[in-house]
Amino acid sequence: MLDYPSLKIIWWLLVGVLLVGFAIMDGHDMGVGTLLPFVGKNDVERRVVINTVGPHWDGNQVWFITGGGAIFAAWPLVYATAFSGFYWAMLAVLWALFFRPVGFDYRSKIDNPTWRNTWDWGLFVGGAVPPLIFGVAFGNLFLGVPFQFADNLMSTYTGTFWALLNPFALLCGVVSTAMITFHGAIYLMHRTDGAVYARSRTAMMLFGGLLLLTFSAAGLWLWQGIDGYAITSAVNPESLPNPLDKTVVRQAGAWLANYERYPATMALPAIAYAGILIAMLLAAQGATLAAFVASSFAILGIIGTAGASLFPFIMPSSSDPRASLTVWDSVSSQLTLNIMLWATVIFMPIIIAYTSWAYKVMAGKVTAAYIRENEHAAY
Amino acid sequence: MLSEQLVDLSRLQFAVTAMYHFLFVPLTIGMTWILVIMESVYVMTGKTIYKDMTRFWGKLFGINFALGVTTGITMEFQFGTNWAYYSHYVGDIFGAPLAIEGLMAFFLESTFIGLFFFGWDRLSRRQHLLVTILMAVGTNLSALWILIANGWMQNPVGAEFSYVTMRMEMVDFWAVLFNPDAQAKFVHTVSAGYVTGAMFVLSISAFYLLRGRDVEFAKKSFRIAAAFGFASICSVIVLGDESGYTVGEAQQTKLAAMEAMWETEPAPAGFNLIAIPNEKEMKNDFAIEIPWVMGIIGTRSLDKQIPGIKEIREKNRERILSGMEAVVALEALRKNPADAAMKAEFEDHKADLGFGLLLKKYLVDVRQVTPEILEKAVADTIPKVTPLFWSFRLMVAFGFMMLGLFGAALVYSLKGNFADKPWLLRSALWMLPVPWLSCELGWFVAEYGRQPWTIYGVLPTHMSVSTLSVNSLYGSLAGFIGFYTLLLIVEMYLMVKFAKQGPGSLGTGRYDNELAHA
Repeated sequence: MLDYPSLKIIWWLLVGVLLVGFAIMDGHDMGVGTLLPFVGKNDVERRVVINTVGPHWDGNQVWFITGGGAIFAAWPLVYATAFSGFYWAMLAVLWALFFRPVGFDYRSKIDNPTWRNTWDWGLFVGGAVPPLIFGVAFGNLFLGVPFQFADNLMSTYTGTFWALLNPFALLCGVVSTAMITFHGAIYLMHRTDGAVYARSRTAMMLFGGLLLLTFSAAGLWLWQGIDGYAITSAVNPESLPNPLDKTVVRQAGAWLANYERYPATMALPAIAYAGILIAMLLAAQGATLAAFVASSFAILGIIGTAGASLFPFIMPSSSDPRASLTVWDSVSSQLTLNIMLWATVIFMPIIIAYTSWAYKVMAGKVTAAYIRENEHAAY
Repeated sequence: MLSEQLVDLSRLQFAVTAMYHFLFVPLTIGMTWILVIMESVYVMTGKTIYKDMTRFWGKLFGINFALGVTTGITMEFQFGTNWAYYSHYVGDIFGAPLAIEGLMAFFLESTFIGLFFFGWDRLSRRQHLLVTILMAVGTNLSALWILIANGWMQNPVGAEFSYVTMRMEMVDFWAVLFNPDAQAKFVHTVSAGYVTGAMFVLSISAFYLLRGRDVEFAKKSFRIAAAFGFASICSVIVLGDESGYTVGEAQQTKLAAMEAMWETEPAPAGFNLIAIPNEKEMKNDFAIEIPWVMGIIGTRSLDKQIPGIKEIREKNRERILSGMEAVVALEALRKNPADAAMKAEFEDHKADLGFGLLLKKYLVDVRQVTPEILEKAVADTIPKVTPLFWSFRLMVAFGFMMLGLFGAALVYSLKGNFADKPWLLRSALWMLPVPWLSCELGWFVAEYGRQPWTIYGVLPTHMSVSTLSVNSLYGSLAGFIGFYTLLLIVEMYLMVKFAKQGPGSLGTGRYDNELAHA
């Protein structure tokens, strides 16, 4: 069995991997959903758009479900505190996600314009709302979240839903939505032709630019305008998790301290910028598959930047800073982390293998002709 | 202390969303294997009608599956949103099977369901069959991991409480995995799913036969459903999870409550076929008893006793008093972890900690316990008898009704003249809702019968919730009811539309009632 400190770090990385995996896989079909009403101007075009992700959205959504399960298993306190604290935000994500399975599966089963148009906007909500809210939630992590623990570690959240919608967090929401929509636009370019391709290309340029702008703005704001959090007591990575057993202060510049301490982490924002720019360049020239790989790296860079800035914090508490949840003190037991590590090491490559196979089987452009031939079978 | 209203609303929301989710799950579980059977016949014989059967029943399966997925995410979210203390307290054990379910099973099921629908023209026959099989395997493995998690709530093995981290921690993963409760539940639940799938195909096929349309298609479907359904209903009844009921204490309490067994009878105990339980006086006002049967079913023996409610209550009273000491010691240890005397005291009473926590429903400081409060806490340890007693009996009665139907359907399928038996076809049609009712009743017995615990003997329900406002709960409950009602209307509309349309909806030109090309 691996030692506890290593497991704690490995699980921070693995949760990161799952989040990045979720954003790349479920992200591209959420981006497709967001763009659906705009790049598809008639029913056949919209069916083309939907069928680019038709065979895959369900498998991709499991990244989200598994990510949630992994946080439950590896960071139970984070799962408990974040989900209950962000109650209405989480419900909004959940209810937005309701539109996806039924939207995909039911939309084209009835030939009625109102019915189909309603589900198209449903798919838009299911695609746009989750990334927006996840971005807003991430933004609030940087600001700190008002929660505290009782002696028995029962958590209480003392903020409101509306307090989450502050300017910095909303900016992070735009970063996240732009990132997912940009990625989805590139995917759409790869899988479509004609008018849908051309409109997706415009969307790609638009959201790529927006992403560059908002990501930079958020970085500047974080650097100049937001106090970070720092642990002031000695950290013993071996210790059994107890989030109340430390002292924490708010400190200007603390969110950038890791880049000084571990200069290698500066690679993450660099990857983000390089990924966005290269993806835009490649996509503009029609090298869509390579562009998709580049935008996947951009996602890795952006989420990695957020994670590295926060480290070792996961969810700082603004109302009782010592209760902040960190990589060291909100984890599961050594045994559980170890079992979960093995489960991930064994199954993740298998999942990637059969997911790749599924994409290979369904590869190629989805065309208007395909939709007409498969009128009753396609989405 | 958490308000009782908050706890009740959280429970109501969980019950509503779980039972709603469980409207779709059993059909998914059962249909996957029926699709495998149909497609296997297609691959072996090469007859197109079996491919059409796979595709048409697959279409209905897809309509159902969409809502299963939609409502399933709610379940995962809800542990965090509404049961935060539960998630913290047992996430170390409970989270693992949920995460492994995603990694091992749900990815498999969801990836291959896409290829199942979209891969017909892109895969060879054998490849497509493999896809269908993997989808079925994924679905069933999914049920396995969820029931391992649920089984642990009934019989929490392989874990210990740590006062440093203030939670339960896993000490033996294999014990959690091979929990006898989980195994029994898995077999019983997936078999019930198979029955649901079989009834679905049987009923709708009977409908076509009664109308005299798509006769070949319906006959072939009916036969497969009859055989698969008969095997499955036998499995449900014979391997009913009652065999697991003597394993853990939770199940003993549940057993006593659902059998309205107030006294510990000399072995082998009798079975109350019908009774009118009187909860206040702890006796049955009226009962028709079949001697011996309960003892034999419950213990699989003639000489082992089954404890009655009164005996269980007395044991629980002792455990609450001992648990009170554990709570006192734990609270002292949280303030001063170095206190050796308290540590020893805590270790002595640790096993009863959960019972001590039952007092927290009434008291902040458990030392202030009075005889009245103790009496209330003791009474809390037994779930309400009447709803459990009747739900269980109704479920069993439905089970035997279905045994009769599938038995007859199989016999006449073998004889080959089932299509000429309108009474059989009509019974099949009218019994369509029965498996759903049984599944919901069974789920109710299992979960309601575990009260007042979320984790039996470890964590009381009233401590498990998130510290939300009552208004938040009213709001979210209203949202769920609104969304779910709307979704159910849409789903039922599509399901009925396509079931009525029949295989003509595939647009192949081979069936009655063909869908016009737009």
